[in-house]
Amino acid sequence: MNKIKLVEATQLKTNLPEFSTGDTLNVHVRVVEGDKERIQQFQGVVIGKRGSGMGATFTIRKVSDGVGVERIFPTHSPRIAKIEKMKSSRVRRSKLYYLRDLAARQIRQKTSL
Amino acid sequence: MSGILGKKVGMTSIFDENGVSIPCTVIEAGPCFVTQIRTKEKDGYEAVQLGFDEKPDRLVNKPAKGHFAKANVKALRLLREFRDFKAAGITIGKEVKVDLFAKGDKVSVTAKSKGKGFQGVVRRHHFSGVGMTTHGQSDRVRAPGSIGSSSYPSRVFKGMRMAGRMGFRNVTVKNLTVVQVILESNLILVKGSVPGAINTYVEITK
Repeated sequence: MNKIKLVEATQLKTNLPEFSTGDTLNVHVRVVEGDKERIQQFQGVVIGKRGSGMGATFTIRKVSDGVGVERIFPTHSPRIAKIEKMKSSRVRRSKLYYLRDLAARQIRQKTSL
Repeated sequence: MSGILGKKVGMTSIFDENGVSIPCTVIEAGPCFVTQIRTKEKDGYEAVQLGFDEKPDRLVNKPAKGHFAKANVKALRLLREFRDFKAAGITIGKEVKVDLFAKGDKVSVTAKSKGKGFQGVVRRHHFSGVGMTTHGQSDRVRAPGSIGSSSYPSRVFKGMRMAGRMGFRNVTVKNLTVVQVILESNLILVKGSVPGAINTYVEITK
């Protein structure tokens, strides 16, 4: 497996902040429109992380105008310009899929420190 | 045509310049050595014989030892011939490296596929099976059906597809794109999958 790591090493990001499930992140995403490129921000709670190496992804959930929105990001994608850790909280699950069924107030309680 | 021998390392994915994830197979290819050059005059056809993967001298029998000594190379595990090898400066004993290929090339990869053992017709030939468990046939769901009627032909035709050993045969995948070539570590990345298990010998041809 070492040779695969050798290939991946050139693309794996080393400057990522350490974050875990339950943290609130602000992800800066590069969006290409025609020939212009701009940064779009997506802020929400990490409800799960999976995979290792180049295949690692994480899922972010936010509630936008009352509609739940989830985005899955490949952790090492070059389209992610920056990841900011806004808040961390202690949760007792590795996957927070139950947040989908909770009201906003309950989520605040669940993910408070 | 030109080619190189290698060993399958495994699969991973890398991102291209647009940030699109490309699934690719990592192959450790080369360094290969030219062990013999077949010529029209002597052998009746033009080809280049390449050798790959060094092995210790104690595993080499005398005829093979002489063959490698002629090319002045170390003993090698795998020897393969490539017809009409088109690459600059091919002489006997010369090293052939992965820089034969460049990013964006279309290549074919040949390897021995994974053995699947003795398989029935549903898995081996994609038969649909008989399909029903009613009308008195509770045990024929994956059966092949009739293989030859009674009055005509009264026999089974040659080549009738039946259950048997599956896999472990040479399979070629054509038109794979070269994603990356890493010369220092003799690695080549091709887009998509390649037949065989990890550590299988593969032939890459262009």
